[in-house]
Amino acid sequence: MSEAQSAMPGAAFEGAHTVRETGLCGMITLRGDLGASAMAEAVRDAAGTAVPGRREIVHEGASSVAWMSPDELLVMTEYARVPEALAAIGAALKGAHHLAVDVSDARAMFEVTGKPGAVREAIAKLCPVDMGHDAFAPGQIRRTRMGQVAAAFWMVDEGTIRVVCFRSVAEYVFGLLRDAGLPGGEVGLFG
Amino acid sequence: MLILECPCCGVKGEETEFAPGGEAHLKRFGPGSSEDDFHAYLFEKENPRGVHFERWRHANGCGKWFHAARDTLTLEVFGTYPAQTAEPPKDIRDKIAARRPGWRWREFS
Ligand SMILES: [Zn+2]
Repeated sequence: MSEAQSAMPGAAFEGAHTVRETGLCGMITLRGDLGASAMAEAVRDAAGTAVPGRREIVHEGASSVAWMSPDELLVMTEYARVPEALAAIGAALKGAHHLAVDVSDARAMFEVTGKPGAVREAIAKLCPVDMGHDAFAPGQIRRTRMGQVAAAFWMVDEGTIRVVCFRSVAEYVFGLLRDAGLPGGEVGLFG
Repeated sequence: MLILECPCCGVKGEETEFAPGGEAHLKRFGPGSSEDDFHAYLFEKENPRGVHFERWRHANGCGKWFHAARDTLTLEVFGTYPAQTAEPPKDIRDKIAARRPGWRWREFS
């Protein structure tokens, strides 16, 4: 089998904040009745977490599960674990109307790190989202527009934000995140 | 700036996060309908300066369709409500009546 490659292996930037491509990440789009007990079982078996609430993201070890819409979750885990996670989901939801698809190679992921105010500022420059401390915090996920393309992000902690986008626009998104951190562009709105 | 609250995911987002889907509550006339009905369905759309009912999609968000009642002149949003609604809901119409006494939109007032 060919060797899988992430969108921009090793891409990194250092400025007002740092940006790096996270490398291969396993991602599964999981759709179905999020309130069903079989769904809770599928998510627990695949990622070890509970089903996240509306606009929330939950983590357990190397896995995360994000709420994407009223009938859709994004299950993230190690790239190599995806077949195993898909099998667990398939077993738990056997007979129930659902969809579970490996989308790992359709996505790119970036991590923005830096001073707490700086990472909030990086997103605020690129997305029409209130990044104030009262409006957005770790534990939430936000799907939105970043520049000209769709993207989603969440805070791992106050100094770390992860951004996921389609692989086809990875270079564009990396460029946005880089340009938002160029020297001289600091605003300092978030401290 | 137009700010809509998506009733599906609860996000209060700015206009560019959404995609407009034209007039709301159209009754589709397809195969077997009269030419007049089909013509009206295709071309006779409301284009008011004021109260309007529209379909929107949270395109750069949860991806779902929903309805919005707003004023096209002031961009005031009277409310958003689920796509699975055949006509403007009573509570939205009451809200509009409070803000725009005497309003009319198609057969609703
Ligand atoms: Zn939404």
